[in-house]
Amino acid sequence: MVQILNGLQFGVLLFLIAAGLTLVFGVMDFINLAHGVQYMLGAYLGVAFYALTGSFLAALVLALAATLTFGLLLEFVVFRHLYDRDHLDHVIATFGIILFLNHGVKLVWGAAPLSLPMPELFSGSVKLTEGLLYPVWRLVVIASGLAIATMLYVLVAHTRTGMLVRAGATNAAMVSALGVNIRRLFTIVFGFGAMLAGFAGIMIAPILSVEPGMGDTVLILAFVVIVIGGIGSIRGAFLAALLIGIVDTLGRSFSVDILRLAMGPSAARTVGPAIASMLIYLLMAVVLYVRPTGLFPAKGR
Amino acid sequence: MPASLAASPVRPRGGLLAATLPAGIFLVLTLLPVVTSVTGSTYLISLGSRVMIFAIAAVALDLLVGYAALISFGHAAFIGLGAYAVGILSAYGFTDALVSLPVALAVSAAYAFLTGLVCLRTKGVYFIMITLAFGQMAFFTASSLAPFGGDDGLTIAARNTLAGFPVLRNERAFYYIVFFCLLSTYLFCRALVASRFGRVVRGAKENPVRVSTLGFDVYRFQLATYVIAGALAGLSGFLLANAAEFVSPAYMSWQRSGELIVMVLLGGLASLDGAVIGTAAYLLTEEWLSAFTENWKVIFGPVLVLIVLFARGGLLGLTSALARRFMRA
Amino acid sequence: MPEPMLRLQKLRKSFGALVVTDDLTLDVMPRELHAVIGPNGAGKTTLINQISGLIAPDSGTVLFGGRDITGMPVDARARLGLARSFQVSSVLPRFSALENVALAVQSRSGSSFRFLGRAAEEAALNGPAMAALGDVGLAERAHVPAGELAHGEKRALELAIALAMEPKVLLLDEPMAGTGREETARLIAVLRRLKGRFSVVLVEHDMTAVFALADRISVLLHGRILASGAAAAVRVDPRVVAAYLGDEME
Repeated sequence: MVQILNGLQFGVLLFLIAAGLTLVFGVMDFINLAHGVQYMLGAYLGVAFYALTGSFLAALVLALAATLTFGLLLEFVVFRHLYDRDHLDHVIATFGIILFLNHGVKLVWGAAPLSLPMPELFSGSVKLTEGLLYPVWRLVVIASGLAIATMLYVLVAHTRTGMLVRAGATNAAMVSALGVNIRRLFTIVFGFGAMLAGFAGIMIAPILSVEPGMGDTVLILAFVVIVIGGIGSIRGAFLAALLIGIVDTLGRSFSVDILRLAMGPSAARTVGPAIASMLIYLLMAVVLYVRPTGLFPAKGR
Repeated sequence: MPASLAASPVRPRGGLLAATLPAGIFLVLTLLPVVTSVTGSTYLISLGSRVMIFAIAAVALDLLVGYAALISFGHAAFIGLGAYAVGILSAYGFTDALVSLPVALAVSAAYAFLTGLVCLRTKGVYFIMITLAFGQMAFFTASSLAPFGGDDGLTIAARNTLAGFPVLRNERAFYYIVFFCLLSTYLFCRALVASRFGRVVRGAKENPVRVSTLGFDVYRFQLATYVIAGALAGLSGFLLANAAEFVSPAYMSWQRSGELIVMVLLGGLASLDGAVIGTAAYLLTEEWLSAFTENWKVIFGPVLVLIVLFARGGLLGLTSALARRFMRA
Repeated sequence: MPEPMLRLQKLRKSFGALVVTDDLTLDVMPRELHAVIGPNGAGKTTLINQISGLIAPDSGTVLFGGRDITGMPVDARARLGLARSFQVSSVLPRFSALENVALAVQSRSGSSFRFLGRAAEEAALNGPAMAALGDVGLAERAHVPAGELAHGEKRALELAIALAMEPKVLLLDEPMAGTGREETARLIAVLRRLKGRFSVVLVEHDMTAVFALADRISVLLHGRILASGAAAAVRVDPRVVAAYLGDEME
């Protein structure tokens, strides 16, 4: 049960990151590998502002603003020149940004892992059922993630901008031809995505350690999420993120035990962790084999 | 077609540069040990070997990325597989190259075949992601191989013998063996690109629908290219394991795959000479800058961005553009 | 009664609620030039795509030389002798005109899984390729990158590529689309010379070309065949005149 909740929390985290990624890719056809470092940056900025202000809330707000600014800066200086280019160019350019930021934060904050203390109010554990204690903060993360998912859904499905975003994800050229200021739309989408990633970073900082390169694994998983969910689809990202969060967490916890049923304990202990790490990728391979464009691609099959 | 680094012409750049460049590169490589025998240092020779080893993988990757437009983000996995073949066989007492080389090639080719079957059913970013996924799978498998060092890697007692002779242990001899492998790889890939097979693959890059309506099963051709590229990377891995006398999962990380793409790109896509030059440029810069600071990548990252923004066609594109301007002056 | 070279039986294709091909049945005899005409939106290109294999019909069969090819992939059909040209020129822009055609020749001449030997220098490929280019009047432009050819030249190149495949059935999707009068006349002359070598399905709007070349004509309207028969008969069929030719004949 604990693991299911942990899986849910991880899934929510992945969703926050994947949402920005899938929109940016869906609307602007831009592969943003640097999204992971935006998440990392959010965490680092959270730590920095906390050190400055002593208040988690203040740190959250300031770090969000800073992440947004940085994201917009990146978009303005680098990314907007790359929208017409090949995917390969996107990959290499954003790979360069990853190198820059991963080592940049190492220079500024050092390589040692940092941490961000949770707000007092949420730092305890709560009793869910008989004999089951669960950290409050993780529940907060889940709750905020679900809240954001709902907000995103409302925004995308029921507002004018949201409709433009959905239209853009389906056919950006057409939207532009209809006279919509596509540049501004792109900037909004990008900035929003950056904020989501930064928010995820700040929220997770009290639980995980903040260190250079923390964005890399998460990034790959986020890509797996959007590929399985279908590019351009928030709904797909949400479902895929939860699926992956749960599968990965449960897989890691129980793989050894499950395998022990089939093979000896020492073999299970060797093979188990390997299979657990690979589970997600196997899942993606299977999904792509059956549906080469993901489960709910915005552009249709 | 969107303007990009990928827009470099498939046809070789005309004239003097195209004809002499490969000869020039290989001449430099041939003479390097002679030069260093004067200075007496083996550092340059082992650096040279290292550059050539990665150049083999880069040339193979250029086949995929430059000529077939298949952007594989998991190419490092094949290097790793080749390397681990050497390492694992060594641990079990099979230390001759006549055993470990064929096994290394077979393993990487097999992995390329099996994963290619799945990957090539996808296109675009999905292809990139799924190659990444398979690369990660190899990485995690290697990391969890506790009897073979797991995360920490596996030290190899000594380099392979060649039909019983400890030839590879001589730094100079090893250099020339690697050189021979690179030269063969280069010539083979050049022939491949100009061949009937290569023509179909290049055509499929431009217009896959058109090529299939001509009667070519594009999937089979792409799969064959993928397997060839994988096997060549396996060769690279075999040599790498021998050079370093050490294998580690890090050889297969996605960062390594990314670096390989950068090496190919630096030289200009669809240019096999370029792949060699790009590899040299990358690794030599890495050597040089890391002497200054551990965090040289802080500089390298933005440089990469600048290259993408401004230097289309990579280094060779830059130099030929400069050459043209010079000749016009 | 000779076997039809190409037989379409009850083909149906819908895109969502839009029925593009509606219970379509059509026979193309060996070595005849069979024109398919109809207003825009009648479903002509979709039909060609279903025959060549780019689109799978929802139901119905496609028989090629008596053989059911309905489930066959595009390249297998091409190898059986089904060649096509595209309405929007689909050439390999960075290959020269010669190389474009040579690649088509290559598909008919032995294995392409050859890793050695310079394809560009193979006389066995270049010879027939130059001949095909000569047939369509592009011999002097053989070494120009296809992307740099003029529109009319690209249409001619499309034809040369299809010819080089030595097809049994040639599907031509509006080969005269966008060509000027001179170019059109030239293409008509080329097609006239090729008549009788193999079956041709000619989808066209240009009625001069259609009546100059066609042995039989089928009229496509709303995804079904309205009339099908000898050119002279269809020309004066009152249903056809009313539905379609009335305006075209002006």
